[in-house]
Amino acid sequence: MSKEPGVYVDLTVDEGPSGWFTQKENRYAAAIMALVALGSVWALLQDTRWVYLLVYVWFGLAYGMFLQYGRFCMASAVRDLFAVGVPRMAVGIMIAVCLYSLVAATVQVSGFNAFHPHPLGWHIIIGGLIFGFGIIFTGGCATGSLYKAGEGNLGSVLVIISISFSQAIFVVLGGWFDKFAPASWTTSALDKGMPEELSVTQGWFDLFTAGYVWDLKGSTLAAMLGVSNPIVASYLINSLLVTILPAIVIVVLLYAFYYRKGHVRREKIEQPVLKDHIRGIWSMVTSSKNTAIAGIGLGAFAGLHVWVTGILRDHYGIFNFGEMLADMGHKAGLSIQDTVFDPGYWYITTQEAQWGAWVMETMGMDMRDNIFFGLDNGVPNPLINAPGFMSIGIILGAAVLALLRREFKIKVPSMETVVFALVGGLLMGIGARVAMGCNIGAYFATVSNGDPSGWLFLLGMVAGGYVGVKLFNLWISWRVSRSDDFAL
Amino acid sequence: MAVKFEELGDGQFQLDVCGYSCPHPQMYTKKALQKMSGGDVLTLVFDNPSSGESIAAMCENEGNELFEREDNNGSFIWKIRKG
Repeated sequence: MSKEPGVYVDLTVDEGPSGWFTQKENRYAAAIMALVALGSVWALLQDTRWVYLLVYVWFGLAYGMFLQYGRFCMASAVRDLFAVGVPRMAVGIMIAVCLYSLVAATVQVSGFNAFHPHPLGWHIIIGGLIFGFGIIFTGGCATGSLYKAGEGNLGSVLVIISISFSQAIFVVLGGWFDKFAPASWTTSALDKGMPEELSVTQGWFDLFTAGYVWDLKGSTLAAMLGVSNPIVASYLINSLLVTILPAIVIVVLLYAFYYRKGHVRREKIEQPVLKDHIRGIWSMVTSSKNTAIAGIGLGAFAGLHVWVTGILRDHYGIFNFGEMLADMGHKAGLSIQDTVFDPGYWYITTQEAQWGAWVMETMGMDMRDNIFFGLDNGVPNPLINAPGFMSIGIILGAAVLALLRREFKIKVPSMETVVFALVGGLLMGIGARVAMGCNIGAYFATVSNGDPSGWLFLLGMVAGGYVGVKLFNLWISWRVSRSDDFAL
Repeated sequence: MAVKFEELGDGQFQLDVCGYSCPHPQMYTKKALQKMSGGDVLTLVFDNPSSGESIAAMCENEGNELFEREDNNGSFIWKIRKG
C-alpha cells in the first residue's frame, strides 16, 4: 500500500523463471508504478516546485489503492442499503469520515489546514438530491467511477467524460436558461461589481453564484459558536460534535434497521439485551474487513494530504498553485486572479469540469466569461492541472491493485450501461455544481472539517438515491418481465 | 450480453450477469434468489468485483449460504444455497 516510487525497484529484484515477474498482470502493475516514478523524477528534474503537483499524484495513487481494496464507493453506500439491504459501505464511510475528522483536527491545531467552509443554503440539498439520483444509474459516485475505470470498466470512463462535459457546459450555459434565475439574483450579482469580462449577469450559474451563493454564510460549528481555543474548537466541537457523534447515531440506525435482525438470528439470541446489540454493532462494523481498513486508510491519508499541502504552501509562500504556475511562466490556463483550482485536499469534480472546459476551449469555445472558470478555477492544460493528476492517480492506483489482485478486466459496456452512464453522469455533473461539490468535496471534506453543511448534502443525496433505487427497481422488473432469459 | 437466469434442474439454478457492473449484479441476484425455494442452489457468474462485496454481505444478512467462491482473473463463479 505504499506510494513511494521505490516499490518498483523492490519488485524487479524478484525476477526468475517462476518468479513474480513472469506473470503479465504483475509486470503491468510494476510498469504503472515505474511510469509514475519516472514521471515524478523527470518533473522534479525540470523544476523542483513540481513537487506541489506530484503530491496530488501520489495521494491520488494511495486513494486509488485504498478505494479498490475496499471497493469504496459512496454510490453503493446509498444504493446497496436501499436496493439489497446491505449497510457495509455506509458503515465504511462513517469510519472514514471519523478518522478524517480526527486527522483534520490535528492539522487544524497545527495551523496548516486549507479547508474553507461551504456557504449554507437550500442549493446543497437540491444539488445532493440530483447527484444522489444520478449515482444510482452510473453505478458509482465520482470517486467510485475513477477507481472502477482503473479496474478496466469502460462504462465508468464514460461516466467521467459525462461528468466533465456536463459540468463545463452547465457553468457556461446562458441565454434561455437565465430565465430560471430570479430577478433578485441579477440585482444582487450586479451589486458585486465584478469585472466586465466575466459578464456575471449572463449565464445561469454566474447569477446563481454571485447573486445567491455569495450572499450566504458558511462556517465551521466552532466558528459559529465563537470558540477560540484551538483544541476545544477542533477536537471537541468540529470533530466530536459535527462528525463523530452524528456518525455514531447513523451507525446505530444502520444496525437497527439493516443488521439487527440478521445478527440476532445468526447468533441465536432469544431475548437480546443491550450487550448483544453492542456486540452486533461491532460485528457490523468489522463484518467487511476490507471496507473498514479502506475507511481507516482513506480517512488518515485524506487528513495527511491537507497537512502536506499546507506545509508546501507555507514553504513556497503561496495560497494557490496558480501563483506558482504564473511564476514558472505557465499563465495560459490561469483565471483573471492568477488562480487555478487547488483545493489542497481530496476533491473530485471541479478538476473534471476543467478537463471538459479545456477540450471545449481548444475547440474554440469561450469558456472564461464566467465566475467558475474565469474568476476562480481557470482552465489549465490537463498536463499541469494538479488536482486533475489526483484523479489520474486514483485511476492508476486502482489499476495497480486490481492487476495485483487479478481483478483487472476490460469491460465493454452494454447499450443500457452506456445510456445510464451518460445520463447519470450528466445529472451528477449538474448536482455537483449546484451543491458546490460531490460526495467528497461537499460531504466528506466538509463534515470532517467541522462544517455541518455536508450533512445537508448527505440528506439530499440519500433522498435522491432512494428515489433512484425505486425507479431502478421498476426498470429491472420491467426488463425481467420482458426477457425470456430471466422468466422461469 | 444479456442477463441469463436458468433452471438447471433438481433445485439447481444459474444466473449469468457478466458484463454488468453495479448495481445490476446484486439486484439481479436478489431477484433470482426471490424466485428460488429454500435449499435451492444458485450458481452465480459475474465479473464486477465490487458487486461481490455486496452480494456476500446480502447473503449473510438474509441467511443464504455462500459456500463456494471461485475467483479467476476478474471473473467470479459463486455458489449460494438459499436459506
